[in-house]
Amino acid sequence: MMISEISLEHYLILSCLLFSIGATGLFMNRKSVITILMAIELMLLAVNLNFVAFSIYLEDMVGQVFSIIVLSIAAAEVSIGLAILVLYFRNRGSIEIEDINQMKG
Amino acid sequence: MAIFFYLFASLLVFSSIMVISSRNPVHAVLWLIVTFCNGSGLMVLIGAEFLAMMLIIIYVGAVAVLFLFVVMMLNMNSAEFKGIIGGESSVGIVIAGFLFVDLVAVVLFSSKDVSPVYNLQFVVEPGVSNASAIARLLYTDFILPFQTAGIILFVAMIASIALTLRLRPGVKRQKPADQLKKSKENSLFLAKNTGKFGLSNLNYDD
Repeated sequence: MMISEISLEHYLILSCLLFSIGATGLFMNRKSVITILMAIELMLLAVNLNFVAFSIYLEDMVGQVFSIIVLSIAAAEVSIGLAILVLYFRNRGSIEIEDINQMKG
Repeated sequence: MAIFFYLFASLLVFSSIMVISSRNPVHAVLWLIVTFCNGSGLMVLIGAEFLAMMLIIIYVGAVAVLFLFVVMMLNMNSAEFKGIIGGESSVGIVIAGFLFVDLVAVVLFSSKDVSPVYNLQFVVEPGVSNASAIARLLYTDFILPFQTAGIILFVAMIASIALTLRLRPGVKRQKPADQLKKSKENSLFLAKNTGKFGLSNLNYDD
């Protein structure tokens, strides 16, 4: 394992930045549900990067093992989300967020 | 070493910004692929090769293709798709800016004295490759979370098939139950030959 002049803080700040970009996509999105799912994927990538960075720099393997679990759960989540999206589009003909207001009462 | 970190990091940030700001959803998915490739490069740089290859296989090979399938299946008009910049974009930017400043403050103020602890239970053994080290933990001490993740994937597969399965009327389908119920008694009968009047009990109705 090579630890160069790049320290743990570099990776942590990078993953903070990536997480914030994902959150921005989540907050600012007014149009498409697919972009929301992609923003969630970005946030999960930031979390994985954080786990892996801590795992390498603290010399503990559990972070990488947990990162694999996070990866598989993310795959399950995106498959369910896209299935729901296909079902919604089949019933309504639109997946814009402005149109999804049936539960507002 | 450091130049590659900054290269991958800047590409990662740029492509993730492009993911959330692309007007065309297909372009957003392609930028998502670029993002994951750069994240994988960062993991290779830090020394987690197995996770990097896993990221390529799962995200680029499966998740991005799934996104592309759905985007093309839904047939969204990209002229109607206005991108994400909607009415409340400034609110989103302000919230995300506060979030970023908070996270960076937490990192900078708390990670000053992070150092390896040498009485850990699951240490990185010297001379063992990364994949081997993960496998030794994953199949022994973490077998229960591993199997649980497998069960969750299985349930997700069944759920997405059950959600999107559509039974249309008028489509001729194979019915395995009817095929299995077929026997000699309900499909075969003996016609009696009566000589000059032909077969007596032949019924053409069914």
